[in-house]
Amino acid sequence: MKYIDEYRDSALARKLIDEIHRVTTRPWALMEVCGGQTHTLVKQGIDEALPKGVRMIHGPGCPVCVTPLEQIDKALAIAARPDVIFTSYGDMLRVPGSTTDLLSLKARGADVRIVYSPLDAVRIAVANPDRQVVFFAIGFETTAPANAMAVAQAAKLGLDNFTVLVSHVLVPPAMTAILESPTCQVQAFLAAGHVCAVMGWTEYEPIAERYHVPIVVTGFEPLDLLEGILMAIRQLEEGRAVVENQYARAVKREGNRTAQETVFRVFEVGERTWRGIGTIPASGYHLRPEFAKFDAEARFDVGDIHTQEHPACIAGQILQGTRTPLDCTAYGVLCSPQKPLGAPMVSAEGVCSAYHAAGRGLAAQTAFPLYDLQKPLGEVVR
Amino acid sequence: MCLGIPGKVVEIREGGPLRMALVDYGGARKEACLEYLPDVGLGDYVIVHVGFAISQVDEEEALRTIELLRMLDPEGVELELGTDPDAAAAPGPA
Ligand code: SF4
Repeated sequence: MKYIDEYRDSALARKLIDEIHRVTTRPWALMEVCGGQTHTLVKQGIDEALPKGVRMIHGPGCPVCVTPLEQIDKALAIAARPDVIFTSYGDMLRVPGSTTDLLSLKARGADVRIVYSPLDAVRIAVANPDRQVVFFAIGFETTAPANAMAVAQAAKLGLDNFTVLVSHVLVPPAMTAILESPTCQVQAFLAAGHVCAVMGWTEYEPIAERYHVPIVVTGFEPLDLLEGILMAIRQLEEGRAVVENQYARAVKREGNRTAQETVFRVFEVGERTWRGIGTIPASGYHLRPEFAKFDAEARFDVGDIHTQEHPACIAGQILQGTRTPLDCTAYGVLCSPQKPLGAPMVSAEGVCSAYHAAGRGLAAQTAFPLYDLQKPLGEVVR
Repeated sequence: MCLGIPGKVVEIREGGPLRMALVDYGGARKEACLEYLPDVGLGDYVIVHVGFAISQVDEEEALRTIELLRMLDPEGVELELGTDPDAAAAPGPA
């Protein structure tokens, strides 16, 4: 956490932290939905600079972490075929399936390629007409416009050697599922800024109203997060529950309409299974019937794959925010970024890897209480 | 893949099937698709996700963000921009 001082010394960060301490009179539990935000919060120690009793619960917004094991096993089954070039964002390569991962398959000779953009996968398909090119289309609303455009392009070019393995999930249904859970502790949300840059925030308005929960669209930098936290706590303290936009410099209420049009031309909303959480209705994208020929699951009969998580892994509870990595007996012992047991340890956006990178709970290797509700408010933990 | 890094449009490539641009992220340059921001032009700053410009930001904000991200999270920036040299366009002068 060597950067803490650099940003904390900035006058503005100091001011925001002081203001958060000033307005807070009670303990509150806030959830940042996005894994990128979790990474920044933990790495910069922002959660530890908050008033005692104000707790950041880390949400399910790491696309790599919530991609279900079944889907990874399907990817592995397809990638192992000799006629296939399997393409994926780099983050997916080390995610453990039931028996192996994409990187190990690649080492054993499978043609697995990292692409930066799904358009690169389309280019590979154009350049290799005698091979089947499959793209692992995962992600939240942020990657959906890119993945949709890749499919639209493949259709336009009439490619019959390009398919996508879709595992697309959506933020608002996950928030609703968390709020509906009987063990829900979340009192306010920081919504993911870039998800809203695409989709806008109108979908969040009924959630804020129905569950009486403040939702603040928040950016990714430390100052964004501090401001988002301040705005959420202000609402909580004042008993308000509306959608506010901290990230006005990049997000408009209606989002990016042009991108939404392509997304809905290619995808339709349907049920999705979330790793560790289970099946949530209307929580993800599937290809529309018109684009069915680009569905890798239909082209390659991968069968019905059913899988089981490593028994020690409590990723599900962590993704729902009811426990932290420090509650996991495997954390730092059996499970580390070098040898991950579960997805939250693989992805840089995963909670477990964020904790591990920041060295949390590793020195003593004992779980320590992160949040002490007894201590007086207004004290900055150094 | 969700970080989204702001960069400057330094070249626009029309004529292909999609409107593309070369975007400079404070030194590293990569291709990005501009289809979702039809009004963006040369010199504008955009936030790019997996090769697609999703929203426009003003210059001052963008420069501040790039600097901050590079300082606070250099590995995150690397990961987001990808390390595959084939996918990257030839680096220009910083
Ligand atoms: S530390 Fe590893 S085993 Fe434990 S919850 Fe996280 S990913 Fe799963």
